[in-house]
Amino acid sequence: MAEEKKQEFWRWTESNWKNPDIDWKDAKFVTSGIDVGSVSSQAVIMTDGEIFAYGNMRTGSDSPDSARNALKFAMEATDMPEDRMDYCVGTGYGRVNVPFADRTITEIACHARGANFIYGPEVRTVLDIGGQDIKAIQCDEKGKVTNFIMNDKCAAGTGRGMEVFSDLLGVPINYVGDRSFDVKEEPQPVSSTCVVYAKSEATSLLRKGWSTEEVLAAYCSAMADRIYSLVERVGVEPEFAVTGGLAKNRGVMDRLMPMVGLKRMKTKWDTQIAGGVGAALFGYALCQKGKGRKK
Amino acid sequence: MLANYGYKDASGDFFITIDTDICNGCGDCVSACPADIFEVMDEDPNDPLRDEPVAVVSADKKKKLKYECNPCKPASERPPLPCVEACKAGAISHSW
Ligand code: SF4
Ligand code: SF4
Repeated sequence: MAEEKKQEFWRWTESNWKNPDIDWKDAKFVTSGIDVGSVSSQAVIMTDGEIFAYGNMRTGSDSPDSARNALKFAMEATDMPEDRMDYCVGTGYGRVNVPFADRTITEIACHARGANFIYGPEVRTVLDIGGQDIKAIQCDEKGKVTNFIMNDKCAAGTGRGMEVFSDLLGVPINYVGDRSFDVKEEPQPVSSTCVVYAKSEATSLLRKGWSTEEVLAAYCSAMADRIYSLVERVGVEPEFAVTGGLAKNRGVMDRLMPMVGLKRMKTKWDTQIAGGVGAALFGYALCQKGKGRKK
Repeated sequence: MLANYGYKDASGDFFITIDTDICNGCGDCVSACPADIFEVMDEDPNDPLRDEPVAVVSADKKKKLKYECNPCKPASERPPLPCVEACKAGAISHSW
């Protein structure tokens, strides 16, 4: 395992967690939300609308397996039997591949709802930068979507694009941010964030004598430009939150936020679980409405 | 909710916006559109607790709107778009 992690150094760190303050035996409804993204999958287990446990893993080549593994990983942190679950909602890019889900809900709805939970009701704009798509969402104080846009036509500006790039330059993805600021002067953004073109552009810049750091900087700022042009369309309204894997990449985020002109909201939660949290909360709402699983 | 379907690429912004607070799910846009862009769903996929029918842009069309809508948008003169005209509620707009 450790061996494998070393080879695929661009992997996200996988983790699971259980809330020590919650006893599942006290819960009326236990719901789960499984967010199968193109790069990572999260399973969030909630007891009466509170986060009880979660697991965050890399998505494998087989989505149904990824969904199951993420849930197993979250369950491992707990001592709860799996059949205690009242309802399961699948979401994300691979949501059709959660075979054991009671229903699926779009990631747009789940991300808004999840952001409302993990950041609080003041959040109005949610930017989610996933592995394969970028979503900009406006929502009200209840986490209901009021305006959204999603770009999933290509990987430009997404986490996947960043992974390809970090792999190409041999810089572990966790170091991309810091190293991209290790430049004397901010270079011009690369002309395209298209994964295919960026590759050849990076190669030619390196050949011209650019340092790895400069190429990283140029790519990060091109990604920030690209992402901002989408956010601009739905409009930026405070408070502003960023979720998804790329939210952790300061190379892109520290270049994007000055364009947005707002501070990012902070949270104690892992931002990658927002979609799963939203999904589990919808499950909880359905159970409360008497629309849960027929038993 | 303003639901923006479409994409942005090097040649421009191609979005169809449906205002779901105005849309009543009548389905007139579905029959008016020659390219089968719209469908009416029993429940808003982005607002699953609402339980009202609403029009959406089909998943398999939203990545090729520029191409699909091209026949309705001749470069010379711009006649009213069939979808926009059909929607009496005024819920549909195009970005290009
Ligand atoms: S412009 Fe024409 S093809 Fe495009 S959605 Fe409207 S009616 Fe359909
Ligand atoms: S015609 Fe207008 S109101 Fe009727 S379903 Fe289409 S978008 Fe909605």
